[in-house]
Amino acid sequence: MNVLTMSRRALLGAAAFAASIVGGDFAAAQTPPPIRVGAFVAATGPASFLGAPELNTLRLYVDRINRSGGVLGRQLQLSIYDSAGDARQAVTFVRRLIEEDRVDFIVGGSTTGETMAVLPLVTEAGVPFISLAGANVVVQPVGERRWVFKTPHSDTMAVQKIYEDMKRDNMTRAAILGGSGGFDQSCRAEARRLAPEYGITIVADETYGASDTDMTPQLTRIRNTQGVQAIVGCGFGAPTVITARNYRQLGMQSIRFYFNHGVASPQFIAQSGGAAEGIRVPVAALLVADQLPANDPQRQVALDYIQAYRAAFNEDVSTFGGHAYDGLMIALDAVRRAGGTDRARVRDEIERTTNFVGVDGIFNMTAQDHMGLDLRSFRMVEIRNNNWRLLY
Amino acid sequence: MRALLSARIGGVLLLAAIVAALPLLGPNRFYVDMAMKSWLNAAVCIGLNLLIGYAGQISLGHAGFFALGAYASAILTARYGVPGLVAMLAGAVGTGLLAFAVARPILKLRGHYLAMATLGLGFIISIVLTRELWLTGGPDGVQVPALFVGTWRASGLETWYWIAGGAMVLTAWLSLNLIDSGIGRALRALHGSEVAAETLGIDTTRYKVMVFVLSAVIAALVGSLFAHAERFVTPQEAGFLRSIEFVTMVVLGGMASTFGAVVGAVILTVLPQAVATFQDFKHIVFGAILIMVMIFMPRGLVPTLAGLVRRPGGGPGA
Repeated sequence: MNVLTMSRRALLGAAAFAASIVGGDFAAAQTPPPIRVGAFVAATGPASFLGAPELNTLRLYVDRINRSGGVLGRQLQLSIYDSAGDARQAVTFVRRLIEEDRVDFIVGGSTTGETMAVLPLVTEAGVPFISLAGANVVVQPVGERRWVFKTPHSDTMAVQKIYEDMKRDNMTRAAILGGSGGFDQSCRAEARRLAPEYGITIVADETYGASDTDMTPQLTRIRNTQGVQAIVGCGFGAPTVITARNYRQLGMQSIRFYFNHGVASPQFIAQSGGAAEGIRVPVAALLVADQLPANDPQRQVALDYIQAYRAAFNEDVSTFGGHAYDGLMIALDAVRRAGGTDRARVRDEIERTTNFVGVDGIFNMTAQDHMGLDLRSFRMVEIRNNNWRLLY
Repeated sequence: MRALLSARIGGVLLLAAIVAALPLLGPNRFYVDMAMKSWLNAAVCIGLNLLIGYAGQISLGHAGFFALGAYASAILTARYGVPGLVAMLAGAVGTGLLAFAVARPILKLRGHYLAMATLGLGFIISIVLTRELWLTGGPDGVQVPALFVGTWRASGLETWYWIAGGAMVLTAWLSLNLIDSGIGRALRALHGSEVAAETLGIDTTRYKVMVFVLSAVIAALVGSLFAHAERFVTPQEAGFLRSIEFVTMVVLGGMASTFGAVVGAVILTVLPQAVATFQDFKHIVFGAILIMVMIFMPRGLVPTLAGLVRRPGGGPGA
């Protein structure tokens, strides 16, 4: 009898102990695992003008979101690596993100090259990946890009926006002027391909070398071509500044000059020293946020981003940081709707992104469109008094 | 038993054992990937070490040869449907001929003219790979089909780990045999004094050219393996910094030491990943480690450490 009571007591004790353990487990389960955000950007090296603001933006917003309680009550854990714009390093880091850091999704890939190099990896592993690269090939053909999305505008859209603007003013005869680099060539190809759709004739096509310091010969040939109404400039960096200066020196203002979004940086205006006056550029709303009408849905989003970024880093925003902002927010929005971090469900939800107001534009992703921006996300601006002036 | 203790057999067995045991320790596939790349780099460095450590010449263009092998495999298999092994062989032969054509006239001269010539050659290869879009796909790189040997498809990280490890052990074995042969002795003699070697009847030019071509062919073969393993190559493989990286691996590990080349390659492949978590400070940490090694171990890691083991305390007579 005594023995029985003893054992009963022991049993009760054991049960209580077990209950406390289980209870403890419940308590532990109430601090949920973090949402693992993976990123790789070209923070150093030749593409650092893209990667550095992307890195800043991702760190800034992961921090802000964590301080305001995270997503679904879970904190974000950011694993971010500097690929230096090198495809080889990007591949290694993406494998690390997938295998070692076990991230739930990846935002990154500042350049088209590094993005293309990691596509087989993310596809094989089945990780949602939002790329920050420009070219269309990143998300096309969409059948082979099941896990891949992107936020930046494409060069196709830049050319379409320019042609739309020409059509508004009944211009039909255009000249193309650009460099020999990949970005320039892609823009040139799009400009030639899309011209017939808009009833535009390409009457001249001039190319300069990447290290040329004088574009006067090319511009002179364009000036001497009969009936050129507008020049479509393809490029970025120093050659575009030289082109703008030569255009001014030759007094060619009777021919309208468009550049694609490669020049959409404050540096272009500053370095042109006034020569960029009157040049038109399709840009993201971010650059003209304060000129947007008060009822524009993008206005507040863009102004908030600008203010947060300036406060944290004391420098002007660029559109590239904006791509990273949109990528992170779209992914987190999908996590919220999926109710967790199941990779397949997050991917499906990213694809269902509708009316998402980002700084790049209003995103509407579908199974056929993994970028989700339309032409309305580009604003046509003209450079006036050394500033972007919103036309419409 | 004595044979087991010699560097040639014992060392190769040790390398093989490390290659075989490592996957058992690695916690996940990321580590397998790092190990695979380490072995590939090590194989290139073993070849380069023959040139730097034994023939006393420096090549600043080995990444170019590596990339030639990689692109030969990529382009011949993807575009012209050439079988993988044939493409690999074609890349190796082509690279060997190019190396021979460059080295033959230059190595008749004494001094570091080869460094200049390979520097230029590396740049030319890099520029051609970047600019000739129609052939190479340009700066954004090109995808590489999987390697088929007959009907067997070499794919998957684990498979490539064994191929890379096997290639490295094989290269080490070849290198150690070469060093212990008459050719190796001739190379060491000409490294010591070219004049003395010539008075002993050694055709110094011939040996220097031979070892340069050999190291270039090894780089090209490893490049082919890399292309098939990674399934993607970019012109950055041919970049000048990549060439410098190979030379640094050899110097860090210890010149004229086959195992030094392996150690240097492994460290410089893994170290960037290890310091990546330092984020903004990674370049400083990386540089500081290299500077420290060169200040305190100027002969390189392996020869310095081997010396310490042989003479504990380091002092004479200790």
